[in-house]
Amino acid sequence: MPGTVQSIERAAAVLRLLSGGSGRLPLGEIARSLDLAKGTTHGILRTLQHVGFVEQDSVSGYYRLGPALRDLGTNYLDVNELRSRSINWADPLAARSGEAVRIGTVRAGQVLIVHHVFRPDDTFQTLDVGTMLPLHATALGKVLVAYRAAAVGPPRQLDRFTRRTILTPRALAAELHRVHEAGWAADIEEMTPGIAAVAAPIRGYGGLVVGALGISGLVERICDSHYHPHQHLVAYVRDAARAISQDLGAARR
Amino acid sequence: MTEHYVVTIDQGTTSTRCIVFDSRGRLVSLAQHEHKQYFPKPGWVEHDAAEIWRNVERLAPEALRRAGITASQVAALGIANQRETTLLWDRDTGNPVGHAIVWQDTRTDSLVRSLSEAEGADQVVQDSALPMATYFSGPRVRWMLDHHPELRARAERGEILFGTMETWLIWKLTGGLHVTDVTNASRTMLLDIHTLDWSPAALAFFGIPRAMLPEVRPSVGVFGTAVAAFPGVRIGAALGDQQAALFGQTCFAPGEAKCTYGTGSFLLLNTGAELVRSTHGLLTTVAYQMAGGPAAYALEGSIAITGSLVQWFRDQLELIASAPEIETLARTVADNGGCYIVPAFSGLYAPYWRSEARGVIVGLTSYITKGHLARAVLEATAWQTREVVDAMNADSGLDLTTLRVDGGMTADNLLMQFIADVLDVPVVRPLAIETVSLGAAYAAGLAVGYWPDLEGLRQNWHRAAQWLPTMDPAVRAAEYGNWRRAVERTFDWTRPA
Ligand SMILES: Nc1ncnc2c1ncn2[C@@H]1O[C@H](COP(=O)(O)OP(=O)(O)OP(=O)(O)O)[C@@H](O)[C@H]1O
Ligand SMILES: [Mg+2]
Repeated sequence: MPGTVQSIERAAAVLRLLSGGSGRLPLGEIARSLDLAKGTTHGILRTLQHVGFVEQDSVSGYYRLGPALRDLGTNYLDVNELRSRSINWADPLAARSGEAVRIGTVRAGQVLIVHHVFRPDDTFQTLDVGTMLPLHATALGKVLVAYRAAAVGPPRQLDRFTRRTILTPRALAAELHRVHEAGWAADIEEMTPGIAAVAAPIRGYGGLVVGALGISGLVERICDSHYHPHQHLVAYVRDAARAISQDLGAARR
Repeated sequence: MTEHYVVTIDQGTTSTRCIVFDSRGRLVSLAQHEHKQYFPKPGWVEHDAAEIWRNVERLAPEALRRAGITASQVAALGIANQRETTLLWDRDTGNPVGHAIVWQDTRTDSLVRSLSEAEGADQVVQDSALPMATYFSGPRVRWMLDHHPELRARAERGEILFGTMETWLIWKLTGGLHVTDVTNASRTMLLDIHTLDWSPAALAFFGIPRAMLPEVRPSVGVFGTAVAAFPGVRIGAALGDQQAALFGQTCFAPGEAKCTYGTGSFLLLNTGAELVRSTHGLLTTVAYQMAGGPAAYALEGSIAITGSLVQWFRDQLELIASAPEIETLARTVADNGGCYIVPAFSGLYAPYWRSEARGVIVGLTSYITKGHLARAVLEATAWQTREVVDAMNADSGLDLTTLRVDGGMTADNLLMQFIADVLDVPVVRPLAIETVSLGAAYAAGLAVGYWPDLEGLRQNWHRAAQWLPTMDPAVRAAEYGNWRRAVERTFDWTRPA
């Protein structure tokens, strides 16, 4: 049996301590209560602060539970912040692929589009930020479900959009397995006839998936003659998603 | 064949960025570092130029590493910088004399008030095409010499040097070349904007020794070769950040304009070879100059506080944890609830130029929530844009038909929609928000022949997003009226000492 991780035990103890009594404690008292060195305690508090589980009062310097604990089960990253932090990488992805780029997160059991970059051909297009899409019929949605973004599970109701839409839980499970293996998802005329899409996960701290980044366009541009997405397009999407993840994995602000 | 790239340094007010671009003008890698803001007294803002240089030295290898390239693959380096920020340093040691005084700093307030009444002021305003204001570098140099009398003799001997940030960076990069570019020089009040050289009348007026000034060069052309940070790389361009953004938006023809939304916001309209003087509170400035060519001029509407109001909301009021959360908070309410914020933190710039004004929040009632305040923060940026667009339309006699935007605040969809609504024109964002860096890259690449001409660069511009106006004209008119009444409440707040 693998051993337990001491620092996680200590972090759990800090959280329990802060959830009792007045809920606001200075560093020294936390260290004394747990019989830990101040330096060790400070390291644990700083890490918990970094992930939003603890916050520090700017006047008294006391620690208390952070807002992220109340919102466990929703996305920890504000959607507008996700857009701001992705925008520098979404633009070159559109330039390289020649296709429209979208970023999605989970909201109320669906994909919420939080960012949209037009296909760079200067034709008339309309921003669809705020649009909701089904999880099972889109590349973005498949990524979000496969990696349990915002703790979402597979959708129960599988509506049909085209004759290629995945309609059974079994087929969906197999597809999600494939997404896991490959590290990216596709939807080929599963949502809209003639349109295909590719998407990859955006990860935050600790590897948590906070969103999905993808391109979509005409199936004859996205796919090769075997009806598979072009490898170079898949590589562009995955590289861009990785670049955003790297930025997010660093400091929170 | 190995690929070549262009690298840029964007030395901004809050941070310094180093970006690698490929031959299609696409961002390949980015490294960024914030520097400390010093607020020693109300109205004073300073930077430590030594810290900024250390950041550049760290960012350079970082950006190359992230791109997976070496300095030998860099065709040219372009520099863009916060403008008007003023630094003195010692020629022999290379050490800054105190901190740099930042463009937002208003310590020269009373100096500027007395100078504007002094004999010769009209000539300086005429030659520089700038109003007498705390915003520009010239009065700051005078202030520094007045407050450190021991420096004056040394400045006269050329032992103490003056520079804006691009001058400082080029000095450090090349190991001692003391030069500036025309766009930065055009923000000092010391440049004769017609001859594009230092104005003897202005130097005499401000009492600034010529020996401390850098040589004025075209913006686009090889300045020299770096020996530090990017050893062996040619410096192909230097421009003020707002002029660089105009270049990055490929506004090369007269009549083309852009607005960049960062710490402050700046609307620039290319007026070509023609030097247009504003009668509506805009500045005349140099847009760029290619080596061997004539200068292109621009009209500029400068807004001091836009993104920095969001920062203030985050850091001083602590109502949000990150700047983009302003949109989340603003969307919790349907409108501003009757509340308006006029952020005259450093006085008001265009089109008012009232350095004695200070900020106000008006329309407060017990109904107002932090959501309404967040809306008012975003709306302040839009209404200030409306004021400079009105001035631009009046000066040029033409009506703006679309607004090209860039900068960090363009990630805010609520704000961009509101700007389209209050201007009643479409707002378009190109496929790059870091247009400051892109413009510096374009300019540097042109200088070394990495790109052949301006026309080719236009092919890289594509529309990435567009917001169309939807506001009811009656609502727009009423809201604009409220905004203007709020602005009037900021006037005459500070009194001469
Ligand atoms: N989503 C958003 N909504 C509103 N404001 C935002 C948003 N994201 C960033 N900002 C604001 O935009 C500014 C950052 O934009 P940008 O990075 O273009 O400025 P900057 O180049 O750093 O400015 P400078 O060059 O003066 O340092 C900050 O002031 C920040 O408050
Ligand atoms: Mg900037």
